[in-house]
Amino acid sequence: MERKFVCIRCPQGCEITTTLNGNGAITEITGNSCRIGADFVKAELTDARRTLTTTVRVSGGTRPLCPVWTEKPVPKDKVLDLAAQLRTITLNAPVSAGQIIIKNAAGTGINIVASAPVMAPGGK
Amino acid sequence: MNTTYDVVVVGAGPAGLAAAIEAKKTGAGDVLIIERNDEPGGILPQCIHNGFGSVIFKKDLPGPAYAYNFIEEAKTLGIEIVLDTMVLNITPDKKITAANSRDGFLEFEAGAIILAMGCRERTRANIRVPGDRPAGVFTAGTVQRLVNIEGLMPGKNFVILGSGDIGMIMARRLTLEGANVLKVVELMPCLTGLRRNYVQCLQDFNIPLSLSTTIKRIIGKKRVEAVETVKVDESLNPISGTQETIACDSLLLSVGLIPENELSKKAGVILDPLTGGPAVDENMATNINGIYAAGNVVTIYDLVDYVSKAGMIAGTNAALYTMGKSSSPKYYRLIPGDGVRSVVPQRINTSNIALKSSSTEILIELRVLHEFDSKVFIDIMDGDKVLYSHMEKYARPAEMITLRVDTSKLAGATGDLTVVVSSK
Ligand SMILES: Cc1cc2nc3c(=O)[nH]c(=O)nc-3n(C[C@H](O)[C@H](O)[C@H](O)COP(=O)(O)OP(=O)(O)OC[C@H]3O[C@@H](n4cnc5c(N)ncnc54)[C@H](O)[C@@H]3O)c2cc1C
Ligand code: SF4
Repeated sequence: MERKFVCIRCPQGCEITTTLNGNGAITEITGNSCRIGADFVKAELTDARRTLTTTVRVSGGTRPLCPVWTEKPVPKDKVLDLAAQLRTITLNAPVSAGQIIIKNAAGTGINIVASAPVMAPGGK
Repeated sequence: MNTTYDVVVVGAGPAGLAAAIEAKKTGAGDVLIIERNDEPGGILPQCIHNGFGSVIFKKDLPGPAYAYNFIEEAKTLGIEIVLDTMVLNITPDKKITAANSRDGFLEFEAGAIILAMGCRERTRANIRVPGDRPAGVFTAGTVQRLVNIEGLMPGKNFVILGSGDIGMIMARRLTLEGANVLKVVELMPCLTGLRRNYVQCLQDFNIPLSLSTTIKRIIGKKRVEAVETVKVDESLNPISGTQETIACDSLLLSVGLIPENELSKKAGVILDPLTGGPAVDENMATNINGIYAAGNVVTIYDLVDYVSKAGMIAGTNAALYTMGKSSSPKYYRLIPGDGVRSVVPQRINTSNIALKSSSTEILIELRVLHEFDSKVFIDIMDGDKVLYSHMEKYARPAEMITLRVDTSKLAGATGDLTVVVSSK
């Protein structure tokens, strides 16, 4: 059986074709320009992951929102749940860049961190 | 704030920040960035998704994190950034007028100016969507700002017109914030954004995409109530009987970006009609001595990393100009030939390619006219002679191609050069 993927690991977006045998094991990978692409399709077949980026409410800051992201990709089926969870929390300003917002989010072992700072009024 | 600066940069986006940093590092004395927004970073603070930095940082960063690195570096170098200030006019002799609500009218004189104003979005007026005029029609970038910066959700049920990257990224974003994205419709028979965004923004969330489809009519008195879509044929004419009405409260337009060049024109800078931005040489110099340009103001880039790189080149050369270290140039033009829509830079200094021994790398950004499904060759020609050839596995109008050309390859050129794409 053949399965086709578009690699999302860099903007080039290579079209990668994988051939699977009867047990679902990969016998051939073609179309990738680099190793990352091969790793990507292997992961898509066994443990598909995505980086989640979203915002979290901040109170007492110069801005109402802080942009956050999962430091590493999390299992794809956890993305919507995590986004919903992050809609329910509010941080207090100031928030610093890289600050951990949720440790070990949804048991994935991966932290959610701020991708930019939010100041409190008057500087820090 | 002084009234004279060695280098003044207009716009504190990634292009402007990189330009100011390099100008300072090259040896320019006082460097000022003027920014109309209330924070530096350009559009990056609202681009909270990852996908930035793969070339420069070899990392996959969110937009705000990418910008943060440059903002901190600019601060450390003592570059002055004046916010909430709009540049109103630039003259060919490099006088700048600006205004803000604190100081009122401001005037500056600059040794060199770098234009880094970015781009603006095409609107409903630019593409003429017929129908009622209700509330609920937005450009994708406006909604991105509302959702990611202001914390406002402008609707519940969205239809998106245009499969550009901003549209697809907003489809995912709105879904993550709990809204419904009913469909993305695209006039052209192919995706206009990157395919990775189709996969991770639409496919991952089961958001349907209809190609060769457009919005025929917007329906609704006060607020959008529905849109009527229609399929189009190969010549983009509507096919009757294919109408479909989709009930929704919001329509997002992601129908392209236009370089922002009102100021450039006032300064006497000549624009290239193919890119909509200043025609520049490989140093990012415009036709006006001492005025440079970089980033989306020059041409719409796919990748911020190349925007920053262009900014660095502009910054270095603007600083050299103020230090009297640039001579009056002679050029060969770089002309888009068969299969090529646009090329930046539009001209190359002959002195830069005269010597085989002095090799420097120049970046050439081009877009093709139509889709090439298989292997293509991009050749730089001097008459019939191929000076440089580069192979790509395929080429698509939506994806900018960046050539890193060693100038020694172009040595011996005898006149204007043509860039052509062919499948040979
Ligand atoms: C939705 C979206 C998604 C993107 N995704 C990616 C991605 O995943 N990866 C990637 O690499 N790139 C991405 N990009 C592209 C990248 O963000 C741009 O290429 C880059 O921001 C362009 O930088 P710039 O400095 O040229 O312009 P901008 O960032 O637009 O900055 C221009 C600045 O100039 C200021 N300005 C304009 N006129 C004046 C004036 N008269 N006076 C004072 N200030 C003025 C503006 O306020 C603005 O701050 C994306 C872009 C968008 C919109
Ligand atoms: S295979 Fe390599 S080059 Fe191709 S899209 Fe994936 S990461 Fe990029």
